Amino acid sequence: MHNHRVIPGFGLSLGFTITYLSLIILIPLAALFLNAGGLGPAEWWRILSTPRVLAAAKLTFGASAAAAAVSVGVGLLVTWVLVRYRFPGRRLLDAMVDLPFALPTAVAGITLTSLYAPNGWLGGYLAKWGIQGAYSPFGVFIALTFIGFPFVVRTVQPVMEDLGSELEEAAATLGAGRWTVFRRVILPALVPALVTGFTLAFARAIGEYGSVIFISGNLPMKTEILPLLIVSQLEQYKYRDAAVIAAGMLLVSFTLLFLINLLQRQLDWHKR
Amino acid sequence: MPHRCPTTESAPARWLLIGLALLLLSLFLLLPLLAVFVEAFRRGAEVFFAALHTDAALSAVRLTLLAAAISVPLNTVFGLAAAWAVTKHRFRGRALLISLIDLPFAVSPVIAGLVWVLLFGAKGWCGPWLAAHDLKIIFDVPGIILATVFVTFPFVARELIPLMEAQGNDQELAAVTLGASGWQMFRRVTLPNIKWGLLYGVLLCNARAMGEFGAVSVVSGHIRGKTNTLPLHVEVLYNEYQFSAAFACATLLALLALVTLGLKSAVEQISHQGATRRT
Repeated sequence: MHNHRVIPGFGLSLGFTITYLSLIILIPLAALFLNAGGLGPAEWWRILSTPRVLAAAKLTFGASAAAAAVSVGVGLLVTWVLVRYRFPGRRLLDAMVDLPFALPTAVAGITLTSLYAPNGWLGGYLAKWGIQGAYSPFGVFIALTFIGFPFVVRTVQPVMEDLGSELEEAAATLGAGRWTVFRRVILPALVPALVTGFTLAFARAIGEYGSVIFISGNLPMKTEILPLLIVSQLEQYKYRDAAVIAAGMLLVSFTLLFLINLLQRQLDWHKR
Repeated sequence: MPHRCPTTESAPARWLLIGLALLLLSLFLLLPLLAVFVEAFRRGAEVFFAALHTDAALSAVRLTLLAAAISVPLNTVFGLAAAWAVTKHRFRGRALLISLIDLPFAVSPVIAGLVWVLLFGAKGWCGPWLAAHDLKIIFDVPGIILATVFVTFPFVARELIPLMEAQGNDQELAAVTLGASGWQMFRRVTLPNIKWGLLYGVLLCNARAMGEFGAVSVVSGHIRGKTNTLPLHVEVLYNEYQFSAAFACATLLALLALVTLGLKSAVEQISHQGATRRT
């Protein structure tokens, strides 16, 4: 019973992994939940039901959902073009999709702001149509879409590359047009990946801070997002309010991640 | 003789879709990248270089490099250990451990900073003890490093776990059977197999470490010349309406992103070629 493991290093690697994980992630997060949990439901309700928190929650979740939905559309188009067609510059385009992952969020924030401000390159055009780009909820949506759509591309891309052509050929043989084939054959096969991409983009958008705070204008009740509200509570030394808002956000994000895991497990099971 | 393949679109539809994708990505990705450099040089090269050559900017660069130099090696060692533990062995709670490693991805950067404030801040759990011993973590360099370590925690592990899972244990088992020690097996068998994935993870980890904003912003206190990293320095300049200077410093971070993307594509290509040669 002493050691039936053939590959060495199990105790050492697992011990180090668990110790480090606990010190850096688990204990600090537990401290947050203990801080917030010690307050009781009445206090939670008092903090979370203030108009300012509700307005920030509505903007954060609303803009994140809208951005994730648009990311699915944009991501599907971009993935389709990258996987199915060959054209000059395709590899460069493929590499560029990761730019929002690699570009520091503060840089994305100030750049998008300068582009979409009323006197910016794109904001000027939008203003002609009566749309305010930066310093509005629409600006928050733009920043979150920028951050979110690579998640959709990178989730859908491998699935689309693995789609065999047999079903499409069969459908074409049976007289289906391209649009019918896309709608009835290809799209259903991509739905799970699209849902995962949506959820990843949505989860990232909820917590996003750097790219949003410059373009949003940060008006309480109008363009203030939840992460910024946490920061402003901290700046007023309201640690408890900050902890409760943060714990609420984390509960939503963890639930989302849990649901993705369930979904993926179910899909793996189907594949088998 | 059919004029077009029935399992692809007609040429006009194809070019329309390609055109639309190119237009969207140019507006959405290329234009912002271009804007960083245009804004940075708007008031001339002299202003640009002057902005980079201030004490505040140089100390911000130094602190950014320091935070990355500590957090990237730590999380690389962790990534190797975690991937080794969960892919080369089977044990109870393995699936839970893999989920927990991913946890920081679901945590807002602001919360990644907040947890350290709740632990080590003036009103935090260890605050009074730290104050009594004249130690400072929050609003000082250690806090910045802790926040950076938190947000970059899963990057290397995340690349290695699927890769090592797919490669299986056969080669390691063969090495052990032939009498290799644990260290020999790791260095001669495992490491060559995972080197590209490892490099890829380290690149992403480093880009995030140097570019992190939300988490370090919460713990930094924005003390100029002392606790500002480069992204925070950009924010300070921007909020002081020194737009050209802010964008000048932002070009350094944009270059970091471009170098990361370039190396990443190169690594992908090399590892892909290696994989096809082997099969």
